[in-house]
Amino acid sequence: MEENLVFVQGNEACVEGALYAGMSFFAGYPITPSTEIAELLARRLPGRGGRFIQMEDEISSLCAIIGGSLTGNKVMTATSGPGFSLMQEALGFAVMAEIPCVIVNVQRGGPSTGNPTHVGQGDVNQARWGTHGDHAIITLTASTHQDVLEMTVHAFNMAETYRTPVILLFDEVIGHMREKLVIPEAGVLPVVDRLRTSVKRGVDYHPYLPREDGRLPMSDFGGDHRYNVTGLYHDMWGFPSSNPKVVESLLNHLVDKIETNVHEITRYKELYLEDAEVILISFGSAARSTLHTVENRRRRGDRLGYLELQSIWPFPVDLIREKCRKARRIVVVEMNKGQVTGLVKAAVENPERVFLANRIDGELISPTNIKNILRIIQGRGV
Amino acid sequence: MEKFRMVFSGAGGQGVITAAVILAEAAVIHEGLIAVQSQSYGPEARGGATRSDIIISEHPILFPKVTQPNVLVCLTQEAYDKFSPIIRPGGLLLTDDRYVKLGKKVDAKQVELPMYQTVQDAIGNPVVFNICMLGVLIGLLGLVKAESVLAVISTRVQEKYVEMNRKALELGVSMAEPLGLG
Repeated sequence: MEENLVFVQGNEACVEGALYAGMSFFAGYPITPSTEIAELLARRLPGRGGRFIQMEDEISSLCAIIGGSLTGNKVMTATSGPGFSLMQEALGFAVMAEIPCVIVNVQRGGPSTGNPTHVGQGDVNQARWGTHGDHAIITLTASTHQDVLEMTVHAFNMAETYRTPVILLFDEVIGHMREKLVIPEAGVLPVVDRLRTSVKRGVDYHPYLPREDGRLPMSDFGGDHRYNVTGLYHDMWGFPSSNPKVVESLLNHLVDKIETNVHEITRYKELYLEDAEVILISFGSAARSTLHTVENRRRRGDRLGYLELQSIWPFPVDLIREKCRKARRIVVVEMNKGQVTGLVKAAVENPERVFLANRIDGELISPTNIKNILRIIQGRGV
Repeated sequence: MEKFRMVFSGAGGQGVITAAVILAEAAVIHEGLIAVQSQSYGPEARGGATRSDIIISEHPILFPKVTQPNVLVCLTQEAYDKFSPIIRPGGLLLTDDRYVKLGKKVDAKQVELPMYQTVQDAIGNPVVFNICMLGVLIGLLGLVKAESVLAVISTRVQEKYVEMNRKALELGVSMAEPLGLG
């Protein structure tokens, strides 16, 4: 029997990833299909010296972890569509105040309470633009439980590195499905620790004065230094400012710290792209059916290629354009009305090559569904 | 090994999903096989139609759902009426005569056993009905070893209940023996 081998739901794989990354505070409000994340952490965090709190709703859940992060903890909350909608205001605050935190959205069918126990992938654009105002955001996803664990660790690493909220966009199939997971030994996956200021107690600390490398060292709130945290535009002390120079440079900083590091943040998987006539792009549970289709058609001689996005925001525009340069057709497989398809069209030359293969009825798109849509796209009939 | 594509169906609260998880976990943790288990259910906590899909294979499983099961278990009339048409020709259909009245014959081996009544008579507690059902499947198909299933059960239930589960599992295996399909 393999060491550290478990048979678990994707939600449990996310929990394992969070604990591996050193998460010590979780606040949340249960909602299908994310509930198992809260349930397991309620059991596991206290025994490890961490804290779990069930809040009265999702608004307070995100607010609680923002506070927890400021005091020096790695933090996470987990929810689904309706709860994610409620979190949008606090999400903007975390962006503006540069609070490292991880928000898991196990997607179900929306809008509104929608289709609670069924799968959907309709929150891609909400993750990007759900909160108001110009900003940048990091959003990661996964199609296997091993990847769920690794992307969860990556999410914490990105949150700490760039002092930003990171969204883990899973879905009901990944969250609830059970498959094997091997929990890696400590040290196998890189873990980025909280960067704390070296400024001593009693010496002036500027919470929003970036180092030369652009990173902002933190001071545990309530500890050695007094400072201000606000959702208003603020100066290097954290105090509100409407000085045009301060406003402009802060907004540029918030966007640039992420957009100029796309290559550091981006994660993807590819297969058979070299000679692919048709490239299938997918993510999350839909990517499982996509890979099945690609493997299956390859064995029959069809030159299909596979590109799985494990990070959606910042959208890897250059990567997509380069990988898709020679393909005759590009088919995006997703369970929404074409949210990533639109992004791919905007990224590639000759966007008339891009097609959507989707399913939006709450059921996982199947390899047969994809095969049939491919036949139509390729003009072979059904 | 032949790929098993199974659907366990019934009502919420019957232990359909639990049985599926135990079987798949036994295959992965104790027999080195590859298995994926998923489920679908309504928003209700109890009642409502419940379905769990299990695939057991020696090769990686990408698409986790079962469209045409070669093993179908139906533990309510509603589940039987809904799912019996999707069985793969030549597959195995297992029902309990307490809950399901068989209708039109399907192109499959139909096995109808009094699992509920047998558990009630021998153990006196219907809570392990689902484990008896697993025993029957193991007896019929040799999916995994009974010890593997018991090893998983003993990590999931209190020690005082392990014996009851072992009895239910053995009852199931012995009910399958005279059918000689294994």
